[in-house]
Amino acid sequence: MTIDPRIVRRRRLASRLMMGLCVGAALAALAVLASILLKLLARGLGALSWRVLVEPTPPPGSEGGLSNAIVGSLLMTGIAILLATPIGVLTGTWLAEYARKSRLAEVVRFINDTLLSAPSIIIGLYVYVMVVLPSGHFSGWAGAVALALIAIPVVVRTTEDMLVLVPDQVREAAVALGMPVWRMIVRVTWRAAAKGVLTGVLLAVARVSGETAPLLFTALNNQFSTWNMAHPMPSLPVVIFQFAMSPYKDWQELAWAGALLISASVLLLNIAARNMASRGDR
Amino acid sequence: MDVIERPLDTAAKRVPSGLGLDAPFRWLTRGAALLVVAALGAMLAVLVIWSWPALSRFGPAFIVSGHWNPVTEVFGASAPIAGTLITSAIAMAVGAPMAVGIAIFLNELCPYRLRGPLGVAIELLAAVPSIIYGMWGLFVVAPLFANHVYPVLITWLGPLPVVGQLFQGPPFGIGMLTAGLILAVMVLPFIASVSRQVLASVPAVLREAAYGLGATKWEVARHVLIPHARRGLIGGMMLGLGRALGETMAVTFVIGNAHRISASLLQPGTTISATLANEFTEASGDIYLSSLVALGLILSGVTFLVLLGARYMLARADRKMPT
Repeated sequence: MTIDPRIVRRRRLASRLMMGLCVGAALAALAVLASILLKLLARGLGALSWRVLVEPTPPPGSEGGLSNAIVGSLLMTGIAILLATPIGVLTGTWLAEYARKSRLAEVVRFINDTLLSAPSIIIGLYVYVMVVLPSGHFSGWAGAVALALIAIPVVVRTTEDMLVLVPDQVREAAVALGMPVWRMIVRVTWRAAAKGVLTGVLLAVARVSGETAPLLFTALNNQFSTWNMAHPMPSLPVVIFQFAMSPYKDWQELAWAGALLISASVLLLNIAARNMASRGDR
Repeated sequence: MDVIERPLDTAAKRVPSGLGLDAPFRWLTRGAALLVVAALGAMLAVLVIWSWPALSRFGPAFIVSGHWNPVTEVFGASAPIAGTLITSAIAMAVGAPMAVGIAIFLNELCPYRLRGPLGVAIELLAAVPSIIYGMWGLFVVAPLFANHVYPVLITWLGPLPVVGQLFQGPPFGIGMLTAGLILAVMVLPFIASVSRQVLASVPAVLREAAYGLGATKWEVARHVLIPHARRGLIGGMMLGLGRALGETMAVTFVIGNAHRISASLLQPGTTISATLANEFTEASGDIYLSSLVALGLILSGVTFLVLLGARYMLARADRKMPT
């Protein structure tokens, strides 16, 4: 049997071409990442200064910083995580320790997955109706609740995933020693899964701190510094949105400074979570 | 007797008390879970109740009509609905094949030492906040497209029959195509990650058998890997589509926010999420607000169905973390 060398050549060529396209796709994605990071560094570092951290947002044409937005972001993210962590961890615990494969557990899992991938602007819409309208005004609380609703499903998912990894023999051993089940969960399985759960919380912080859409009509914005959660509250992403879309050069500069701050913290949180997760594996 | 009873007695005292807390703890965790259920239930109720005034007043015209006028309080949402569908379609057309290509590259071609770092780099694309994509789109991509890409498309593809319709008008640099392409980058890491997992689950024996028959790398990918991982790949793509449909900030920056449907992909438009982001705080009047919530309901419905599909496909696919 003879093989037509032309066919072989054509097949090889087709393979080279398609594999070349695969490499090209990967290079293109890396180029995009590089372009984003370089642009952030180039524009952000130039705009970053001490003033950005300590002065509140200025009216167009005068100098100022982002301190009020930074404070707002930290407050709302912090409160959101404080709300989301207990609810998320307890729900994950119920799924992994008590309900397991029951019908209701399947429902909760399904709903959690739905919340996990619900468009974040819809969450904003929902909190607007549930919190902003009844209270009569935009507030930091509404923003924190919206962010918490985004963080909860992340925490639920990781908590359950981590608790499921704890072998049942460990649970049986603890109960056989006479521990009540709740104590077994708190002292044994939670401890075994602590690192993974913390990773989930870190990922939730990373996810939440870059969110803009759910804050647009819950916390709104505020030109002034405020620590009062009952007032409309500025946040870094919303200020970046407002300033970047504005025609004023100095506002755009501040937007880049803010963008660098947000991206750096989100990427660092992600890398930290990743490190922790991989150390947990060993 | 005394001798035996005493140690038992003290032992009984040392047993950790708190058995009584078992039921409360159980109910505490159960309560948290029910809270999550209630949150979604209330969300659905809010969306339906609040969108009812607009939906009952405009009927099917709400979806069909493109007439969106806050002044006369007549709302037809075909422009944002079409915008959402078109930008997501562009994102999938560009992003899905690229993502599968990246997965094939990382799993099959890439030298072992580079797989880890390159995989992480691709996944970092998913960690970049969407507002950063928006800024990047507005300040980097839009000027680039306005000066170098759109003019070329208009000159070369514009005059063509049929297809030319898609590439007409002045080169603003912002519009459906720009938004779609940025969405493509944003869905890449999600699809690529799932694709890597399903491609890694293809048994090595199949791969070796195909290579043993003399198949080229592309033939193995095309006829062995992709068919075997088909369900998972489609599931991953639907997961990406779910993201693209609901993405707000990145799109709002570069879509141009024009309430109209134009045949050209190079012209400004709007999407459901961008309309919500831009107009919600300014919405005066109940029917305006209700119309915006109705848009949210439609978006949630579509996203939910797509994610349901993704779940269905992924539940039937083998997955394995790539090495």
